[in-house]
Amino acid sequence: MKGSSKIAPYVFIGPTLLLLSIFSLLPIAVALYISLTDMDLAGLADYANISFVGFKNYMDVLGDPVFLVALRNTLVYVVVGVPLIIMFSLGVALLINYGRSKLFKTFRIIYYLPSVTNIVAVAVVWSYLYNPGIGLFNYVLTTLGFDRVPWLTDPTIAKFSLILMALWRGIGLNMIIFIAALQGIDRSYYEAAAIDGASAWQRLTRITLPLMRFAIFFVSITTMIGWLQFFEEPLVMTEGGPLNGTVSAALFIYENGFQYSNFGYAAAGSFILFFIIIAVTLLQLRLQRKQNEE
Amino acid sequence: MAAATKARGPQTKEDRLFQWAAGTVLSVFGIFMLVPFAWMMLSAFKTEAEIKRLPPTIWPETFTWDNFGRLFTEMDFGTYLTNTLLITLFAFVGLLLNAMAGFGFAKYRFKGREKMFLLVLATMMIPGQVTMIPVYLILNSVGLTNTMLGIVLPGFSSAFGIFLFRQFMSTLPDEVMEATRLDGASEYRMFAQIILPMSKPILAVQAILTFIGGWNSFLWPLIIANDQKLYTLSVGLQLLKGQHGTNFALQMAGAAFMVVPIMIVFMFFQKQIIENYNISGIK
Repeated sequence: MKGSSKIAPYVFIGPTLLLLSIFSLLPIAVALYISLTDMDLAGLADYANISFVGFKNYMDVLGDPVFLVALRNTLVYVVVGVPLIIMFSLGVALLINYGRSKLFKTFRIIYYLPSVTNIVAVAVVWSYLYNPGIGLFNYVLTTLGFDRVPWLTDPTIAKFSLILMALWRGIGLNMIIFIAALQGIDRSYYEAAAIDGASAWQRLTRITLPLMRFAIFFVSITTMIGWLQFFEEPLVMTEGGPLNGTVSAALFIYENGFQYSNFGYAAAGSFILFFIIIAVTLLQLRLQRKQNEE
Repeated sequence: MAAATKARGPQTKEDRLFQWAAGTVLSVFGIFMLVPFAWMMLSAFKTEAEIKRLPPTIWPETFTWDNFGRLFTEMDFGTYLTNTLLITLFAFVGLLLNAMAGFGFAKYRFKGREKMFLLVLATMMIPGQVTMIPVYLILNSVGLTNTMLGIVLPGFSSAFGIFLFRQFMSTLPDEVMEATRLDGASEYRMFAQIILPMSKPILAVQAILTFIGGWNSFLWPLIIANDQKLYTLSVGLQLLKGQHGTNFALQMAGAAFMVVPIMIVFMFFQKQIIENYNISGIK
């Protein structure tokens, strides 16, 4: 009896801990090791073909023009995508939370719906919408008297087309987090403000937004990390094209690993991305702390 | 924007105006949110000829189920569907493992508990791109590439799932456990017959999310499956996009086939899914 209750916790956590060790922790060590080797298809066939190359992969990746383009594209995704998604999901959450009729509950479902749909299905549908000849978007634009837009065929515009699609798909999740935070705000603040005759704008900027600070911070960190790893959209929609216009750092890693089988090279790239993510997160934490001290 | 501040008081004119404005803005953007779904559904029932016509028809002129049939005759969507359901089923084994781990962390004091739990949380911060290649190499070294097991194993345990289970289960009363132990039940029977039934709310949420995640799984099937016999719906749909690049009616049927089941599940359970974020204590 006593004995069983002593082993029991290890039996309960054992299987998952083992799985997490094999598929999350061990891989870091493996990735670190192969990033210092020339592991490729030949190495995969026979480990004897692998040789240690030191930091050569890291040097090569940092000098690889495609990787630099990928980093620049990733920067565009983050700088444009993150503020847009936070603004939209916060705006939608405020409006939905403001409404009183049943209709607003329906809006919650409508805005969340894209978040649960499959990325490939979404990409297939949006590729059709973006089609230059028979796509719905260009049809509507030409009917209204505008020019056709080369949604996915121009390297610069394609980036923004992907951001638009990711925005559509990403609003829902953050919106739900914001709504949960809004519902946690104590009503009495607003009652006091109403007695003092505060306008709706003042209530928003002086009460709601300051009290939402933690939620906004949480969402900006998770969104930023997510967009630094922007990957599935360019993989399925454009395969990084046209002319590497949409290739992201994460897609660069995937392509080098699984299409060209340069495992060592790709692993080095993945660590560079990892360092960037850590650096950006730490920077944001520090900014947040500074803001709180003020 | 005061959160329904004056719900109990009389509505002012200004307030009613704001309500209308909010509703209008949300409706306009809401329509934009729904356009891709609507266009997908309408196009899936058009013929290949009709879909290429300009100006496009909105409502299908000749309503046809052909495209859906062709998914199973020209493509192998039957196999993809079976595989997807199989992966989803496997994912529920992972769900059970997560529940067990959550329980272990919530209700037992043992050596190294805090450190191990921190380790579990730390795995959430490792980006997928870093583990992707080594996990593939690890699976390859034990001969699990191009197997169903290799597809499902990497996603079996989820740190976030363990975290949510632990949060919920630590609120369960200890007295019930003590009483069960006094009755002579083993720890494992207690978990299966007392703890799991008491954890229905969190199990429901996790089950729905597991279903959605399994149904949508894309990356590991794409990496691990070389053989079309192992393709899932999403990998099959990508193949379809490549093979029938200009047949948008067929593509829309494939997309609808993937999206509609999830939409139905979501509509049924949206309350639980959305409220999951209150349980997770983000607010």
